[in-house]
Amino acid sequence: MSTNIPTADLFRSEHMRRRTIVNKIVEGAASVAALLAVAVLVIVVASVVSRGWGAINVDFFTKTQTLYSGFGPRPASGIGNAIVGTLIIIGIALLMALPVGILTAIYLNELAPRKLASVLTLAFDVLNGIPAIVLGIFVFVFVVVGHGQAAWKASFALAILMVPLIARSTQEVLALVPISMREASLALGAAKWRTTLSVVLPQAVGGIVTGATLATARAAGETAPLLFTSALYSADTMSYDPRQPLPSIPMFIFTSAEQADPYLHQQAWGAAAVLVGIILIASLIARWFADRSVRRLKGEK
Amino acid sequence: MAVAQERAAGPAALQRRGRFRPGDAILYVVTCAAALTGVVLLALITREVLTDAWPAMQKFGLGFLTTQAWGDKHNTLFGAKSFIFGTIVTSFGALLIATPLSLAIALFLTELAPRWLKSVVAPLIDLLAAIPSVVLGLWGILVLGPFIVNTMGPALHGTLGFLPIFSTKPSVGSNMFAAILILTIMMVPIISSICRELFVGVPSELKDGALALGATRWEVVRGVVFPYARAGIAAAMILGLGRAVGEAIAVTQVIGNNVAIHWSLFEPGDTLASRIASQFQGAATALQIASLVYLAVILLVFSLIANLAAQLIVRRVAGRHQIR
Repeated sequence: MSTNIPTADLFRSEHMRRRTIVNKIVEGAASVAALLAVAVLVIVVASVVSRGWGAINVDFFTKTQTLYSGFGPRPASGIGNAIVGTLIIIGIALLMALPVGILTAIYLNELAPRKLASVLTLAFDVLNGIPAIVLGIFVFVFVVVGHGQAAWKASFALAILMVPLIARSTQEVLALVPISMREASLALGAAKWRTTLSVVLPQAVGGIVTGATLATARAAGETAPLLFTSALYSADTMSYDPRQPLPSIPMFIFTSAEQADPYLHQQAWGAAAVLVGIILIASLIARWFADRSVRRLKGEK
Repeated sequence: MAVAQERAAGPAALQRRGRFRPGDAILYVVTCAAALTGVVLLALITREVLTDAWPAMQKFGLGFLTTQAWGDKHNTLFGAKSFIFGTIVTSFGALLIATPLSLAIALFLTELAPRWLKSVVAPLIDLLAAIPSVVLGLWGILVLGPFIVNTMGPALHGTLGFLPIFSTKPSVGSNMFAAILILTIMMVPIISSICRELFVGVPSELKDGALALGATRWEVVRGVVFPYARAGIAAAMILGLGRAVGEAIAVTQVIGNNVAIHWSLFEPGDTLASRIASQFQGAATALQIASLVYLAVILLVFSLIANLAAQLIVRRVAGRHQIR
């Protein structure tokens, strides 16, 4: 079916020896490239952990940031309020994105005509590619200008970026649910909606959890959508009101890194270690759930 | 026969005929509304951003793209020329480094690595994509920046200083070269994971055929794998480029936020996305906000075109795989 049949110039090199050497060089280069990528990951994670370790203690998780005048002993400070802020912002974003993502996946996989489904999927894929900073600017001009910043507005921006991820991974698992299960349910007299919600959807829980976790991991580290929507930094009080801007871990890292104060640098490294830890653990959980649900559904076939 | 056709058409074709069930209608309407959010949001984002950029678009027109300024003494003159320059230099610079690296990594993982090594290395490279940009930026400022100023910069300037891109010595850690390296780190996992899938999809008969004709592994890759995956590789590069062009945080942390055009990569510069991010505290006048949104319009237009192109290529490639 393929139109371009690959043509290999198999006899260009005159000597087998030269060809073998070229082959070895390329193989070596490919191995080095893979090694290099892993090395970069190790170097980045190692510098975050080694520099952040010193900042991490109980106070770091429970205390809020403190304003330091530069004289006398520094009061114990932490990123407790930023952690709380991030949890609230992400939580609200999940509440917004999860239903939309799941319903979208149901429509695209179970109900939509194929042509329409592919157009709608394309829209989500394109949406997924819009830079986070543009989403931030969109929410800024849409609901912030004239009304002020608020944590839920940051959640809105993050939710836009989470929906495609959740829809995608739910859909992938829905597609694996055997069609015979739907047929069996319909044959027993269940309505389509009943079949979809209580037979098909429970099978896809693994995919939903994977999508939600991946989306959380992605959104937890995003700074750009927060800049114009909930850009609170150096806040020294604990607050829980999503109608006000809340501090967050990424904003704390972003603003502390720009300061000249080595103490703040250390705090930023500590916050980075916490953030990377959360994200790596979330990614591992997501991977585990994805593997498990795919394996289970494939095993049932 | 009819059953087979229904199966091929997927779950959507499974219909119960007979009495009307309100539950079905409700499910259909609710899920359809959810699925339309993608289209609705795309339209809404475009409309809102265009509306709020309008004052600046009206005042500066397309001249905005060729004006190098961000606020003069009356704060009335804005232009994107130097940011466009910085965006092009940093994204294409990163693409230039990331593409061969990613291809090599994908080849290593699909053609060379033993199974156990593959199962260790592949997830690690995916994890690289999970590191938040703000953390990479922090690393960029405090670790990579000093390394460029003290070690890498002088070495490159010393040996390749005759090239315009290395013609000055880095004086501060914040420069376009640092931005290129950070963007490369972000692109590699994206491009390499797409390429990996593409290479796995190359039919083994074709590879085996070439091997049977006496081709070395590299000749198989060059003669069979690359030509077969060509369109997909292009799509992967576009997606990687889109990521780099839109990256605001890590770039604004390391690039130096300078409204200037320098050919030397060791000088500070700025990109479109980075300029928007750096203005989060101080957009003073209405015109400045509108100009900021104008920058977002440029980014939006670029990302819409790039993603649409990449996705259409991906779809075509995927369709071809299904037919086989």
